[in-house]
Amino acid sequence: MSRDNVLVSAQWAEDNLDAPGVVFVEVDEDTGAYDGGHIPGAVKIDWKTELQDPVRRDFVDQAGFQKLLSEKGIGNGDQVVLYGGNNNWFAAYAYWYFALYGHENVRLLDGGRKKWELDGRPLSADDVKREPTNYVAQAPNTAIRAFRDEVVAAIGAKNLIDVRSPDEFSGKLLAPAHLPQESAQRPGHVPTALNVPWAKAANEDGTFRSDDELRELYAEAGLDESRATIAYCRIGERSSHTWFALHELLGLSDVKNYDGSWTEYGSLVGVPVALGSES
Amino acid sequence: MAADGCGAPDQAASPAGVDLTTQVVLAGKVLAGDQPVGGAFVRLLNGDGDFAGEVVASADGDFRFYAAPGDWTVRALHRTGNGQASVHADGPGLHEVAVGVS
Repeated sequence: MSRDNVLVSAQWAEDNLDAPGVVFVEVDEDTGAYDGGHIPGAVKIDWKTELQDPVRRDFVDQAGFQKLLSEKGIGNGDQVVLYGGNNNWFAAYAYWYFALYGHENVRLLDGGRKKWELDGRPLSADDVKREPTNYVAQAPNTAIRAFRDEVVAAIGAKNLIDVRSPDEFSGKLLAPAHLPQESAQRPGHVPTALNVPWAKAANEDGTFRSDDELRELYAEAGLDESRATIAYCRIGERSSHTWFALHELLGLSDVKNYDGSWTEYGSLVGVPVALGSES
Repeated sequence: MAADGCGAPDQAASPAGVDLTTQVVLAGKVLAGDQPVGGAFVRLLNGDGDFAGEVVASADGDFRFYAAPGDWTVRALHRTGNGQASVHADGPGLHEVAVGVS
């Protein structure tokens, strides 16, 4: 896996705004930013209303993904470039969906909206309309998605990477520091999980650290490359960012994202939970 | 996947329903000189310098974090410049901090 096959730079993006077959997609939980100004020509996907199941706790299924992409005017052969706010969390989450449903040509914009804005690159508030397509999604590739029983079985047997902040890992906070702290689940982490906060994989401007820096980061944390790896966070989007770093940038072969994450695990009856900063 | 995602709430709205007797709230404005700067990326770093959270300041430069007691650094990035400020929270309540960028 080469970085060039999965990431594009802001400069490449600006140079290819009008390139045929390239579709820019802004993905966010709050699409207010898109409405105020987006990369020219980009379509938007609302993470909350378009990528989640409206009733069950699950995400959009194969038929739903197919319908969504057809409506957005995205074809199977298009090169999709995803970007968004929050250091690309939701764009990385969407990237994981695109990978799960077998889209062949998908990239993340390195640094997302933040780098684009800090660079002072152009934004447009114009409506974007693309012709609908007949998108065909593949069956979900569960080789990159972990479920709760797998996480319990992975304790002490696989690499578990908890990508939340140190204070969430230790149990001091239940949510990131920009959110109110009330929550139903128990604080703490999955025993034996290594705490490598997602932010350590990113530079201040939101771009990913170099491959060498990433390799050193996970090696120092104690990641055993001979074992399979499961990444989790609170709801699965920050861990998509780390899944991207491990699976797409470093090319580790068996890496799964546990999208149930702490809001599921921390609410399970009877499973082991560890407190404090130690694994 | 939960009903509420991990994105930040509206930074301009007052934190209605937030119990300041239990929550440690760090809030303030991003300023250039004495003028508010909107749209800066505001990062919260803990006492060890580790990243704890990030929000985009409102059009009026407002930002807000829900933290825990301790020493914190608030760092703002904007296309016109960067800056940072320290704040100590000894317990629950509203702790105000202004961050200048230049």
